[in-house]
Amino acid sequence: MSLRPLTTPWFHGPAGHEKIWLGCAILWCFVMSLMMPYWHFRGKQNSTGEAYTVKPADFFARTEKFVAANQVGTYKNQTGNALMGELPLCEPPAGGDAYLIGRMWQWYPALRLRQGETYRLHLSSLDLQHGFSLQPLNMNFQVLPGYDHVLTITPTSKGEFTIVCNEFCGAGHHAMSGKIFVE
Amino acid sequence: MSTSSHNLAAPGTPGRVCGTTGLGVCLDAQRFIKLNAVCGIVFLLLGGIAALLLALTRWQTVHLLPVDWFYRILTFHGINMLILWILFFEVAILYFACTTPLNARLFSRKIAWASFLMMLVGAVMVDYIILAGQADVMMTSYLPLLAHPLFYLGIILVAVGTLTGVFNFFATLYVAKRDHAYEGSMPIVTFGATAAAIIAVVTLLHGAVVMIPTFTYSMGWTAQPDPAWYRLIWWGLGHQSQQVNVCAMVSVWYLLSHIVVGARPINEAVCRTAFVLYILFINLASAHHLLVDPGVGATWKIWNTSYAMYLAVLASMVHGFTVPAGVEIAMREKGYTSGIFGWVTALPWKNPAFSATALSLVIFGFLGGITGVTLGTQQINIIAHNTLRIPGHFHVTVVGGTTLAFMGLAYYVVPLIFQRDFIFRGVARVQPWLFGIGITLLSFGMSFAGSMGVSRRSWDIDAQGVYGPGAHLWLGVLGIGGVLAFIGLLVFALLCVGTLFFGAKIEQRAMFDWGTPPALAGSKSGSLANDHYATKGTIILALVFLACFAVYYFANWKALADVWPVR
Repeated sequence: MSLRPLTTPWFHGPAGHEKIWLGCAILWCFVMSLMMPYWHFRGKQNSTGEAYTVKPADFFARTEKFVAANQVGTYKNQTGNALMGELPLCEPPAGGDAYLIGRMWQWYPALRLRQGETYRLHLSSLDLQHGFSLQPLNMNFQVLPGYDHVLTITPTSKGEFTIVCNEFCGAGHHAMSGKIFVE
Repeated sequence: MSTSSHNLAAPGTPGRVCGTTGLGVCLDAQRFIKLNAVCGIVFLLLGGIAALLLALTRWQTVHLLPVDWFYRILTFHGINMLILWILFFEVAILYFACTTPLNARLFSRKIAWASFLMMLVGAVMVDYIILAGQADVMMTSYLPLLAHPLFYLGIILVAVGTLTGVFNFFATLYVAKRDHAYEGSMPIVTFGATAAAIIAVVTLLHGAVVMIPTFTYSMGWTAQPDPAWYRLIWWGLGHQSQQVNVCAMVSVWYLLSHIVVGARPINEAVCRTAFVLYILFINLASAHHLLVDPGVGATWKIWNTSYAMYLAVLASMVHGFTVPAGVEIAMREKGYTSGIFGWVTALPWKNPAFSATALSLVIFGFLGGITGVTLGTQQINIIAHNTLRIPGHFHVTVVGGTTLAFMGLAYYVVPLIFQRDFIFRGVARVQPWLFGIGITLLSFGMSFAGSMGVSRRSWDIDAQGVYGPGAHLWLGVLGIGGVLAFIGLLVFALLCVGTLFFGAKIEQRAMFDWGTPPALAGSKSGSLANDHYATKGTIILALVFLACFAVYYFANWKALADVWPVR
């Protein structure tokens, strides 16, 4: 009885249907446990969490240096109610480093990447926590102040991609956006 | 035992004999069960009103609240639902589980008062400072976001108050054992509650570790804690507290299936081992929130996210089988033996406590469990983190699962503890269905919108210019589900509060019978105790569950394989 103390011996192993179910459940847990290490070695999408501590001011300086060296134009935002008006458009060298700042409320600068090339994308914040959310692909990574979060990323599809912020960062959070163009 | 049951072990302790169950009830425990349960339901109602406003804002076509109030109400909703309603009600459950089933009296009235008052003062403090606009930081209050010091102080008070109540629970267990208030092993309901209490202690200690330095920082006394450290420790509070709910909910499943149908665990040893697995492995779940964070490596993520090989998930799958299996055995023994599922149709679906339990189990398992394990898979989290898929998951665990189970429990707690029969019982029979369907629709709306990239905790999706009619449609489903669930919640709160004032008094007679399946001719209790192959219906349902799980799980790996390579 579930509501009164047990006075008869109750310790016995599983049997019958319960044993079958336990076997199935353990096997399934085993499959799920193995999927993650398997994907780590054989799959192409992993979050390794590669990161370095960095002072926000230093990250800002690195980004400004990156923008000065790689700016190829200016991106003008056409969306009516967006907070971000204009951003420098930068094209990092294939296989090279790209810097992206999250701050209230924009992703700075806009990037132009080449399809099939691999980049080291450095993400950090100058103020609050932000969420790097690449749409419409729906790839999401956390961005923290004080941490240089490095994504080694290979764009495999062409087009215009919007970076949405998906970590709450104040009243302008919903309109915080940025751009990645892949050619 | 029958003659001494109202003595509650210690002579002279004020107690009464329940007119329905014949069990002894400690009047001290009864008073604090009442106080905590009523407060819980008040906070549930406050959180529910906030939920309605939020659903009507995220429903992009309605878009009710202005931007500052949206985030303010979202913070309010999270705190009231995930912390206040749940903790108050759980303390009520703990006080019940350590007294009546063990024939014991509550350890200390003073400690119970101290616990209750600390929790209440802290709760009022937090709610006030949020509504005053001084803490628009979300429930998680991620640093460097900073709220008014009263926000952190209120949470610390609630946590310390709860810990004090949990101490009273453990002290009651100890005294009951020492004074031989009961013979043998504690019942499964108390065992499950004990597991919940142990997890609660670990959880609340995490809360203290993270909230105290944040409070001193907000006062300007200490430096700002590291944001990544904050996330790690905060989720030791944030996720683990939800596992207290899982434990309490499973205990309620065992309790209600026993009260309504007469079910008992088919194997006590396995059920209890499953609870121990929760205690041992569930604290690793904090990692589920850091799967795409910087600074934590893949090995750490994989080990922790799998709860060291999904052993806590295994525990849920054990309970998910054992509870319906116990019901099936009880029904077959009562004579409902036709076919594989004859016992299912004969179940008392009009009994609101039963329908709440059954819906809670199905919603928690099929929707909450499957989505939770999948979203918490290290790599799959890349296509889910901070999107609406996350609240789409936890609204079917903590709301469709825990809250619905607790509502079911109230249909017995209110008559048995407050000693009044429910008013408008016809409405009560519909309430769990309304709430369950509403919350399921809400979750579907969130999950599909999230799959289209719509983020959680966002006031508006149109400013980005990237979301199409599909996302808007699913946000509409979210809105409609939210309205339905709110009506279900409002009906529940009004029924409970109305019953306290206007319900027919029970005194020594039995409470109104919500409906239990009668034993048919030729039935024999315990006749299937040694038939280990009698649960044909349950094993089939469990295998259907596993098939759904596998399909959803691998479909998500496929979706992940379609995005850009990243490491």
